[in-house]
Amino acid sequence: MNILVCLKQTFDTEAKIELKDGKINAQGIKNIINPYDEFAVEEALKLKEANGGEVTTISVGSDQTQEALRQALAMGADKAILVEFPNSDEHATAKALAKAVQGMEFDLILGGHVAIDDNSGQIAIRLAEELDLPQVNVVTKLEINDGKAVCTREIEGGVQIVETPLPTVITCQKGLNEPRYPSLKGIMQAKKKELKRIGLEELGLTVDNKVEILEVFLPPQKEAGKVIEGEAEEAAGELVRLLKEEAKVI
Amino acid sequence: MSGEIIKGGSFLVEAVEPQNVFTPEDFTDEHKMIADTAASFVEGEVEPVIDDLEEQKDNLMRELLEKAGELGLLGADVPEEYGGMELDKISSMLITENIIKGGSFSLGHGAHTGIGSLPIVFFGNKQQKEKYLPGLASGEKLAAYALTEPGSGSDALSAKTKAVLSEDGKYYTLNGSKQFITNAGFADVFVTYAKIDGDKFTAFIVDTDTEGLSLGVEEKKLGIKGSSTRSVIFEDAKVPVENVLYEIGKGHVVAFNILNIGRYKLAIGCIGSSKLALQYAVKYANERKQFKVPISSFGLIKEKIGMMAARIFASESMAYRTAGMIDDMLHNIDMNAEDAGLKTAEGIAEYAIECSINKIHGSEVLDYAADETLQIYGGYGYTQEYPAERIYRDSRINRIFEGTNEINRMIIPGTLLRKAMKGELPLLAAAKKLQEELLTPSMPVEDTSFLGEQKQIVEKAKKIVLMVAGTAAQKYGQNIQEQQEVLGKTADLVIETFAMESALLRALKAYDAGGEEAAAMKGLLAKIYINDSIGRMDLWAKEALAAIEEGDVLRTQLVALRKLARYNPINSVAAKRQAADAVIAAEEYVV
Ligand SMILES: Cc1cc2nc3c(=O)[nH]c(=O)nc-3n(C[C@H](O)[C@H](O)[C@H](O)COP(=O)(O)OP(=O)(O)OC[C@H]3O[C@@H](n4cnc5c(N)ncnc54)[C@H](O)[C@@H]3O)c2cc1C
Repeated sequence: MNILVCLKQTFDTEAKIELKDGKINAQGIKNIINPYDEFAVEEALKLKEANGGEVTTISVGSDQTQEALRQALAMGADKAILVEFPNSDEHATAKALAKAVQGMEFDLILGGHVAIDDNSGQIAIRLAEELDLPQVNVVTKLEINDGKAVCTREIEGGVQIVETPLPTVITCQKGLNEPRYPSLKGIMQAKKKELKRIGLEELGLTVDNKVEILEVFLPPQKEAGKVIEGEAEEAAGELVRLLKEEAKVI
Repeated sequence: MSGEIIKGGSFLVEAVEPQNVFTPEDFTDEHKMIADTAASFVEGEVEPVIDDLEEQKDNLMRELLEKAGELGLLGADVPEEYGGMELDKISSMLITENIIKGGSFSLGHGAHTGIGSLPIVFFGNKQQKEKYLPGLASGEKLAAYALTEPGSGSDALSAKTKAVLSEDGKYYTLNGSKQFITNAGFADVFVTYAKIDGDKFTAFIVDTDTEGLSLGVEEKKLGIKGSSTRSVIFEDAKVPVENVLYEIGKGHVVAFNILNIGRYKLAIGCIGSSKLALQYAVKYANERKQFKVPISSFGLIKEKIGMMAARIFASESMAYRTAGMIDDMLHNIDMNAEDAGLKTAEGIAEYAIECSINKIHGSEVLDYAADETLQIYGGYGYTQEYPAERIYRDSRINRIFEGTNEINRMIIPGTLLRKAMKGELPLLAAAKKLQEELLTPSMPVEDTSFLGEQKQIVEKAKKIVLMVAGTAAQKYGQNIQEQQEVLGKTADLVIETFAMESALLRALKAYDAGGEEAAAMKGLLAKIYINDSIGRMDLWAKEALAAIEEGDVLRTQLVALRKLARYNPINSVAAKRQAADAVIAAEEYVV
């Protein structure tokens, strides 16, 4: 059983985000595999351990994205592909992924249901559309039997169980599994595994972003609370004044 | 790593180029991933059960070590052919540094992988390695190291445990007892020592199920409460002759070599703990408000934070520099040879001075950081609700085991003098040259390059060491051992010189690689550290010289010292504030 795992490199969940010249300052920030994509890697490895086959991870990104791919290799993936295409939007990323997997043999494509950085949650869905494959999203349990995937998804107030033939695209949600730590052996072996880099030209793809980020800003700093002193009547008057003039909520 | 082999102790007499030292900025992707695995393992598996671990709940330490073994975290120093990972020393240091959040877990890990397993890695014969190492690397078997006895602590070679060969020549009968043995409560294997025929000090591998071996009760300790510490008693314990480790009568070779490794590993553990303490301290200082502002905005709190960062920076730079030197040395050993283990131990012994330096510096920086962290927490730091209390108690052991800091302070000048006498280090020639140089008047030249002034200070610090050590050696000759106070001051001068230089070289290397911006924080920390150290060196040198000489000779010496210890103080208040601000913003140690 051959499995493709799409993954994205994101900032560490505990990273302190700072802006510099209107952009997120990436300097000194630790990068990780997007946690939901990590569930996808883990699930792929478990399926491989049970059924044999190969796990290939693929990412669209920059030079630095190699770190995330190496980490997936260290966890136990067999191969990795980096499509060199920094700053692509959802549309362009999905096109690049679709082109890159063309001609590859696979039974299953796994990915996270959303990336924790931009929260757009579109890539796997778009990819399924590009490849004209069935898709099941936000899956918390997955079983593969007789060429079919039986997926459990959490829905409002209950669960839904869905069956789909392979090949299919499935996106992973927390609860699916507990990702393993890369073992030291895995880390040392990852060095020797294949990490293929392809550029857009080599893919024969020309695609433009359709979305442009206009502005990035941080939520306003929480300011210290105010205590209004004095008699109740006076204080209430002052409160109304502040709500009107400073907070401008009434 | 530079690939070039640097002689132990040679930093005192040779100029060192920044590109020849290993720094944390040189970690490879694999190094970082290994560090991450160690840290995530501890965060995921150990931290959640740390309270249970502190109470030594059921088999918990053992289970955790076994899990660590599955990830390969026990086999970094074990050869591949015996089931280990055979990684470089930087990797094994990174594991040690990054498991520190596990509190007592790191003690269990350190005793097992370090002093417990390494004697067999380095000194075991083929059969012994085949029998023990795969289990030790996987965590199936756990090890402890039993050297200390009730009557022999620092004076380890005065051990009283005896071993007598049986009439049929098949086994030794051991009688005696060992004191304060880490991991004793659950270990399967002990590496221990006994004297054959009352005088041949010899190492043995003893299985726990050996008849005649029993354990004392758990010690009630100040800190590291989750770590098992018990006595081990041998009463007619029968140990097969195959279990003699290395040669009969050569136990001291095993013991001393293992200590060298224990020491630099202890240092890196202390550095990990110090960083953790600093992280807790700044997080708390940012949250805690008094007088309507976070306490991290107060100058006296910033001063603590800035100084902690500078000292940790120095300690960290020293430890990885040392590990880099050891790795360079080990690269030149044929790891497939029969005697690779022995050669490795000898290679590491070349850096005995650096190992002791790191041990002292790391453990003292940690005690300082733990103390200031508790102070930043105020009254809450004194309670068990917050982590400062445990860090404070846990840190204290590091100045005691792996050779007390007093013993390590004696090792540094002792080893230097021995190397000088044997002609391994040109200390005598350098001291002589210095005498002449000090007599000729010279004008100070300004060095305006990046950290130029600090370069000059470090260069002169080396001369202060030579001057004091040279004066002492000349005055006391063979009887120098009786002058422990002067030797202790000499050790302190050597330690600070290595610390200042390591901090400086790291900043310079970062500057060479990435320019002023990349080296800004490192340069700042190096400046704070050097400014602080050179002042202290001046005092110690004066104290030593005043003890050695008197009258006119002393006066001349002090004039020379004044010349060497002269420096333009930086505005250390502003520098510490600036460093503290960066740490406060990041809420952790940053360079
Ligand atoms: C929690 C814990 C865990 C330990 N784990 C282990 C272990 O796993 N295996 C093991 O073998 N040992 C272990 N030890 C023992 C430890 O290594 C010794 O306690 C240490 O070496 C000091 O020996 P001592 O306690 O007998 O002190 P002593 O040697 O009696 O020293 C007492 C004081 O005298 C000073 N002193 C001694 N000699 C000199 C000298 N020549 N010059 C100047 N000052 C001197 C010392 O520095 C110290 O301040 C452990 C100890 C503890 C507390």
